Amino acid sequence: MSISTCFLSELKAGDSAVIESFSENEISEKLMEMGCLPGEAVKLERIAPLGDPLIISISGYELSLRKAEAATVLVKK
Amino acid sequence: MEEAAVITPSKTKLKIALAGNPNSGKSTFFNNLTGLNQKVGNYPGVTVDKKTGTCFFENGSGKITAEIIDLPGAYSVKSKSEDERIAAEVISNHKNKDHPDVIVYVADASNLKRALFYCTQLIDLGKPVVLVLNMIDIAQEKGIKIDFEKLSEELGTPVVSTNARKNIGTEKVLSAIGSIDPAKNIFLNGTENGNAIYLRYKKIDEILQKCVSKSPIEKPDFTKKLDAVFTHKIWGFAIFLGVLLLIFQAIFSLSEYPMQWIESSFILLNDFISNHLPKGAITDLLTNGILAGLSGVLVFIPQIALLFFFIAILEDTGYMARVSFITDKIMRKFGLNGRSVVPLISGVACAVPAIMSARTIGNRKERLITIMITPLMTCSARLPVYILLISLVIPNQKFLGFFTLQGIVLMGMYLLGFVAVFGAAFVFKFVLKSKERSYFIMEMPTYKMPRWKNIGLTILEKIKVFTYDVGKVIIAISIVLWALASYGPGDSFEQIEKKYNNPEVAYSHSPEILANKMASEKLEASYAGVFGKAIEPIIKPLGFDWKIGIALITSFAAREVFVGTMATIYSIGDADDTLSIRQKMMAEINPETGGKVYSLAVGLSLMVFYAFAMQCMSTLAVVFRETKHWKWPLIQLVYMTALAYLSSLLAFQFLK
Repeated sequence: MSISTCFLSELKAGDSAVIESFSENEISEKLMEMGCLPGEAVKLERIAPLGDPLIISISGYELSLRKAEAATVLVKK
Repeated sequence: MEEAAVITPSKTKLKIALAGNPNSGKSTFFNNLTGLNQKVGNYPGVTVDKKTGTCFFENGSGKITAEIIDLPGAYSVKSKSEDERIAAEVISNHKNKDHPDVIVYVADASNLKRALFYCTQLIDLGKPVVLVLNMIDIAQEKGIKIDFEKLSEELGTPVVSTNARKNIGTEKVLSAIGSIDPAKNIFLNGTENGNAIYLRYKKIDEILQKCVSKSPIEKPDFTKKLDAVFTHKIWGFAIFLGVLLLIFQAIFSLSEYPMQWIESSFILLNDFISNHLPKGAITDLLTNGILAGLSGVLVFIPQIALLFFFIAILEDTGYMARVSFITDKIMRKFGLNGRSVVPLISGVACAVPAIMSARTIGNRKERLITIMITPLMTCSARLPVYILLISLVIPNQKFLGFFTLQGIVLMGMYLLGFVAVFGAAFVFKFVLKSKERSYFIMEMPTYKMPRWKNIGLTILEKIKVFTYDVGKVIIAISIVLWALASYGPGDSFEQIEKKYNNPEVAYSHSPEILANKMASEKLEASYAGVFGKAIEPIIKPLGFDWKIGIALITSFAAREVFVGTMATIYSIGDADDTLSIRQKMMAEINPETGGKVYSLAVGLSLMVFYAFAMQCMSTLAVVFRETKHWKWPLIQLVYMTALAYLSSLLAFQFLK
């Protein structure tokens, strides 16, 4: 599979990726505090039945976030 | 350094702050330390509850009394949400009266990296920290091995492992506190901008590489399997509805008996007092004012206990986070949050515990909206009113074979409440301003068995808060309502008594009927009656007369009082006898039109009024308690009354 970048919100359930960077300051701080750091491996575990929010697993635990929040995180597939 | 030595051998009193991430087992640890020696207070100026407790232990030189404060769970000292900010304020501000001598930091050992982020921030605030690695058993199951000595050396703080669930290791923590080195310790210098977060994590990573080894154990992931069911697009919602149904069934059927015991013991007590104390205003105030108010407070306790029993289980097991997850998208459209589901649904039983349960909503605006709209849900106190009015104005006809028209109208009333809830939420979403952003960045806890001790203590805490904080307001208003109904202007009451003492009247009917008639006349002559008549011009466009006006005023104590007031006005002794009230009300003729007073238009208009009006002092009291401001219950009273008035006006004018 070729390496490509996309937003965390664009991943499909089950996809794994590595966090690249953030496009928004306030959310990025909150996410980084929770352990979502550039270089960290992330997996999209589950999408809520209505398409939003999402559950990702990051640094050994699961975190839920809304699609809009995930759309500020650039990841490398 | 501001404080030279924090713990000296002579120090017998110690302030300890418990800090940590949410879901780290901090509360369980707090309960282990303090047991029943807990109390809930307030931080000045904010709505966050302050949980404190005391604990006694010995160190080498003697007995120590420790005051323990359970700080709200947080992920960072820089957090923006109100309760997370409190934790940082208490620890960093030396002038804060809760400023601790020692911080005990409770970390989830299976999620150490994130736990250490907040922990090292606290270390940098300059207070001695004892790091407690909790849930060590879960970490071991995951194949995580931690070198405590090395970790302690790297961080410069004592490190102790515990299993709070099984209450293992609590003494070790206490002895570590007793022998802590108060020297200031710095983990990382620098400001907390985005880059500092990165640097801090990088340093934590370096330490963890030295102290932690992982041997991944592949085992079936219980949490993932349950999630596949609980967040499934069909099963997820179906199970949630099933759980709700079960809870309400249980609340309704189980709370009925203790509520009856409470009510009947108060009736016994009331009878005892009125039989043994001299008749007069004081006795009457005691029985009909204070005791009535007190029983109005205590009668809610079974419902509160049951609701929080179930909510605590749902929270503790981790299921609630999944409910928020599957409902967040719908709720967000109305300015609410996935976490608003529980208070709203609980509102069907009673708005009082429902509003108390809104505390799990972190965002202030979303929590306020939830509190403001929850009383529009059809609570159980509206049910007797609806049943009386429906049986009065809706014919008992079958519809489509097996539906009864009355049942459909009742269901319609519940739907009306539901629609109003979301309509009002939508309006508040635009009216309320908020600087805080709405987030759903939330840890999904793993599923766990409920901890019964925690649940018991939660229930106890909720009951205490309700009885003391809310009870005061309810009793005060009860006394005012008692005065309004028991006194009249001038000598009107004496005139009535004189009339009924007149032998000619006194022997015309049985004593019971006479007593009822006198009570009815007195109510008419009382201040409540005067007010009822005074507001008649205002409520006439809704189709209501002054008798309904009295009931609207007395219903402020609680909606179901409507039935009792109607019974007194139509002078029937026993309020439970809805049939005879119904017959009397049905026979009531409007002197102006010559038709029935309780026509379809009046009945529906009255039901709509009860659906929307804020006629519940207990709810207002609890809203005050939860928002710590009179502004919010006042806004609620005004908006709901206005909504009720306008809707009733429309209903009556269209239907008459």
